[in-house]
Amino acid sequence: MNIVKQYINTFLLLELWRGLLLTGRHMFARKVTIQYPDEYTPMSPRFRGLHALRRYPNGEERCIACKLCEAICPALAITIESEQREDGTRRTTRYDIDLTKCIFCGFCEEACPVDSIVETRIFEYHGEKRGDLYYTKEMLLAVGDKVEKQLAADRASDAKYR
Amino acid sequence: MDTLIEIVLIIWSWFPEWLQTVSINMVYIVAILIPLMACVAYLTFAERKLIGYMQVRVGPNRVGPRGWLQPIADSVKLLFKEIILPTNANKFLFIIAPILSIAPALAAWAVIPFTDTMVLANIDASLLYILALTSMGVYGVIVAGWASNSKYAFLGAMRSAAQIVAYEIAMGFALVGVLMAAGSINLMEIVTRQQGNILDWYMWPLLPLFIVYFISGVAETNRAPFDVAEGESEIVAGFHVEYSGMAFAVFFLAEYANMILIAALAAIMFLGGWHAPFAIAPFTWIPAFGWLFIKVCGLLFFFLWFRATFPRYRYDQIMRLGWKVLIPVTLVWIGVIGFAEFFTPYGYLFH
Repeated sequence: MNIVKQYINTFLLLELWRGLLLTGRHMFARKVTIQYPDEYTPMSPRFRGLHALRRYPNGEERCIACKLCEAICPALAITIESEQREDGTRRTTRYDIDLTKCIFCGFCEEACPVDSIVETRIFEYHGEKRGDLYYTKEMLLAVGDKVEKQLAADRASDAKYR
Repeated sequence: MDTLIEIVLIIWSWFPEWLQTVSINMVYIVAILIPLMACVAYLTFAERKLIGYMQVRVGPNRVGPRGWLQPIADSVKLLFKEIILPTNANKFLFIIAPILSIAPALAAWAVIPFTDTMVLANIDASLLYILALTSMGVYGVIVAGWASNSKYAFLGAMRSAAQIVAYEIAMGFALVGVLMAAGSINLMEIVTRQQGNILDWYMWPLLPLFIVYFISGVAETNRAPFDVAEGESEIVAGFHVEYSGMAFAVFFLAEYANMILIAALAAIMFLGGWHAPFAIAPFTWIPAFGWLFIKVCGLLFFFLWFRATFPRYRYDQIMRLGWKVLIPVTLVWIGVIGFAEFFTPYGYLFH
């Protein structure tokens, strides 16, 4: 009896029809595509995008050249050189991040004692020739100046979980 | 204006008779092929859109309003790409293979009756002509695989050869059923015999043959789930791995033109061709050609639906289905028709 049933099922293509109905149903389902340049997915305040160096509100740069980020960087993407300024504070003379090496793990951000090196929400950037993705201190500070408002807001919203 | 027409007519009368016939036929051919090519272009678009929708995506929607210009962008891209000739390929065969595969796909349209008057060549043995030409298509695939001098292309060609030989037989037997029912191998005659309403179509008495024909049609055009000749997850792109630019596009056109051809043949032989499903008011408002177009579109939708639904057959399963299932089914049904015709009074059921 089972064999007969099986033959009937096979020749009526029952399983195939069931599969067709499934895809047929999905044709009318709501589409889940995010149409990227027009739409964005929600983004976390902890998003790890392009790096930036921050300043204090008085305009002084935060980085004190402790080199913790350089030490923790697993990809060896950060290069720092420093000197003592006339007022006795230690500051960087060179702070380079090679974004082609960087793996965006966020350890530099975690290691920084003064919240100077941070990762922004910027992820749409590119380089057109070799070396374009080698970010120097000036470039990183410029990025920081541009999005400081967002950076401060993100850090404030995340502060209570730290 | 009138003088202009007169001048044209005078020049026309200077043409020798054979040149007049040839030019009139050329006009007919162009009138069939240009809409066909447009259909092919928009079939690729429909495929991408429909499969996208079935996979809960939106499909191409960037070029032009809602993506409607996508096929045009694709064809412009392919036209401007370089045709790469592999160093060790057999150059002559490599170039002639795409032509071998598209020529039968287009030539078969000569005998397709679009309405009771619209047909390029109303020849008596048109069904035979169709069978002959559709079997030619496989040479393009085999020659392409051989000439490319590439393992993957050759594997694809071998698979395709074995598969098409197996399914050609089932397809041929399915058509034998049709010509037994119609008593003619003229496509025009076959459609005329199905006149009446939806119940007079050969789809009902020949239902098993219709299903077998459609399944072998899908296999014959190397479409999913029978696309082992391309099998992109196993052998890259099968027989056309080495092709680029327009040479690749010609294979692509041939595949889609063949799909439309199979759908048109199924509509003509099993779904009553240009006849409306009911010969009453709202259905007769659509012209005869419109009905054929609707039926072809419906069948093509199934081609795309299959591709969105079924995973690819394993090679031995394809062979099993072709030789051990489809061919016996057609043989049994042909036997049933013959028995009913000659030994019982119920032969009329199949007419």
